[in-house]
Amino acid sequence: MKFVDEYRDGELAERLTRRIARLQTRPWTIMEVCGGQTHAIVRFGLDRLLPDGIELVHGPGCPVCVTPIEVIDRALEIAARPDVVLCTFGDMARVPGTHSDLLTCKAEGADVRIVYSPLDAVGIAQAHPEREVVFLAVGFETTAPPTAHAVLQARRLSLSNFSLLVSHVLVPAAMEVILAAPDNRVQGFLAAGHVCAITGYEDYDAVARAHRVPIVVTGFEPVDVLEGVAMCVEQLESGRCEVDNQYRRIVRREGNRAAQAAVEEVFMVTERRWRGIGDLPESGLAVRPAFAQFDAEARFGPVVCSPEAETPCIAGEILRGRARPDACPAFGAECTPESPLGAPMVSSEGACAAYLRYRGSAA
Amino acid sequence: MSDPRRLLDCPVPQPPRRILLGHGGGGALTHALLESVFRPAFSNRHLDAGHDGAVFEVPAGRLALTTDSYVVRPIEFPGGDIGRLSVCGTVNDLAMCGARPLHLSAGFILEEGLDTGLLARLVNSMGETARALGVEIVTGDTKVVDRGAGDGVFVNTAGIGLVEHALEIGPRSVRPGDAVLLSGDVGQHGAAIMAARDSLGLDADLVSDCAPLWEPVAALLAAGIAVHCLRDLTRGGLATGLVEIARDGGVAIAADERAIPVSDPVHALCELLGLDPLYVANEGRFLCVLPEADAQEALSILRSFDVSAAAVQIGQVVTGPVRATLRSAIGGERVIHLQSGEQLPRIC
Repeated sequence: MKFVDEYRDGELAERLTRRIARLQTRPWTIMEVCGGQTHAIVRFGLDRLLPDGIELVHGPGCPVCVTPIEVIDRALEIAARPDVVLCTFGDMARVPGTHSDLLTCKAEGADVRIVYSPLDAVGIAQAHPEREVVFLAVGFETTAPPTAHAVLQARRLSLSNFSLLVSHVLVPAAMEVILAAPDNRVQGFLAAGHVCAITGYEDYDAVARAHRVPIVVTGFEPVDVLEGVAMCVEQLESGRCEVDNQYRRIVRREGNRAAQAAVEEVFMVTERRWRGIGDLPESGLAVRPAFAQFDAEARFGPVVCSPEAETPCIAGEILRGRARPDACPAFGAECTPESPLGAPMVSSEGACAAYLRYRGSAA
Repeated sequence: MSDPRRLLDCPVPQPPRRILLGHGGGGALTHALLESVFRPAFSNRHLDAGHDGAVFEVPAGRLALTTDSYVVRPIEFPGGDIGRLSVCGTVNDLAMCGARPLHLSAGFILEEGLDTGLLARLVNSMGETARALGVEIVTGDTKVVDRGAGDGVFVNTAGIGLVEHALEIGPRSVRPGDAVLLSGDVGQHGAAIMAARDSLGLDADLVSDCAPLWEPVAALLAAGIAVHCLRDLTRGGLATGLVEIARDGGVAIAADERAIPVSDPVHALCELLGLDPLYVANEGRFLCVLPEADAQEALSILRSFDVSAAAVQIGQVVTGPVRATLRSAIGGERVIHLQSGEQLPRIC
């Protein structure tokens, strides 16, 4: 298939791994930020093709994994109301809240629908004016523009029965937290290509300079990831710490201005709870007061995050790249995709799910 | 005010356009439905005898028996419908036992309100598919449930087939050194169903592969090929088939992702939704495990039938821990697992 096969080319991948081996003179630890990249790495066995001294650690870029349990519990409460249609992306439907998950809630009679676009939820609201339609808006900068457009569309249609339960989060805040940790091991980043397609990468210059780390905006196909690693190693070996762009076929420095404008119109930057990581300032989006009528928290009451309970799940360590999934004692034993202890085992972008799916319990 | 002459009209009963609860009541409506819809589509001497069951002669030897229930939405989809599916699926399960399909039963659970025209199309489609295979639907049943208690129509078919060879076809006959053949490209049925569901709003060139598989299997057996295992790939897709054969046979299977054919439209849909085509459903594809020495002859036999024209070898049975592994296009290797629940589209 065009635009896919050429980025899964075995020979090209081999040339890139040879180039990395030639460039590398000492060990380096590189974090891929996005869960999509983690999956490509584990699915295609890219980490096993790299020379021994290059360690890839998996980052926090799984939107499902970092969504606080209180948001999921609130979604479950709202979904249980007889007048509500709760719309969600498929990934979120199996993530456990405190007592249940959305698929179980659906089996118990709630009207939970998996949609492919937030605009589908607007369509449902338009078709069912007697129902309250709530869209569970999770995801990074990539999914925020379609969510913003859904609100703008609902306003154009004068809908009074559509709202968002928002848990959008922003990547740079998480990178800052990882780099600022006293025991940080990450020496270079592969930034999430699709996030940068929206935001551009001007904001990353400050992060690269402040923490003296190279950041390479990288795509999701095997050849993309390997080229991103090669570009990152090249900078590390020559002592540079700049922002570079591997994903040039998609990402421009300034990003997608129209998408940014829609997000800016509907949302404002706010503090957000990241599940397993904590409360991070300026790390998420909230609906602006001018659009409060489309804010499910304004309609159904605010989500209040309490301190996270003790759990055997080490998601926080995994999301910060401090532990690999197979280092967790519960991995593949008490914690499986059928009975997950934490979100990284549920989401298709979760690192634990990737390890179990592609490597098995004896990873 | 209404025309007074209308009051004098004698209400002539019209055949109902919708299935009513009475169609399952065993009375006149049931009989009318059998006579107008089922009998013309399935007619054969066993069914036409009108008994509670079918009585027939079988040659001495081994029989194979299988059953399957069919629930699909939409009921009619590009490349097939629930009727064709319910014949192919059961015939294919018999074929995977190496059994020549003889007779089928058909049970229908209809939802009150189902369009009788649609029912007639499904039933005719079943009849045509069965006739083309020389298989008779010899007994059946119809029930009607309240509107809302079903999803239009559910079909159950059971089948009896004749085993005319001495092979023990199944995972336990698989041996290290065997070749693993795949009869064609994967994921067409599941992709066609997903694209046909309204919510996706896709205009894609996707057609189900729903087809009977007995002919190519019969040809392999007739050629005297020592088939070790056959497995039709339905729900759970190719990945599930490989994992099940490895697990139930107690062997290691090593497959090569580059050898597995996936059509461009299926590949594109899967990329778009974040699904793995190896886990997407098929209704007309099967795996054949057999001695490596017979692989080339088997491939040329399979390729002489339309339904398996794109047959390829995708891997081998090897010595090693009990599992199925896949060598990726890039050269890395991964273990294949059963998927957990449904494949769900990802966020971004």
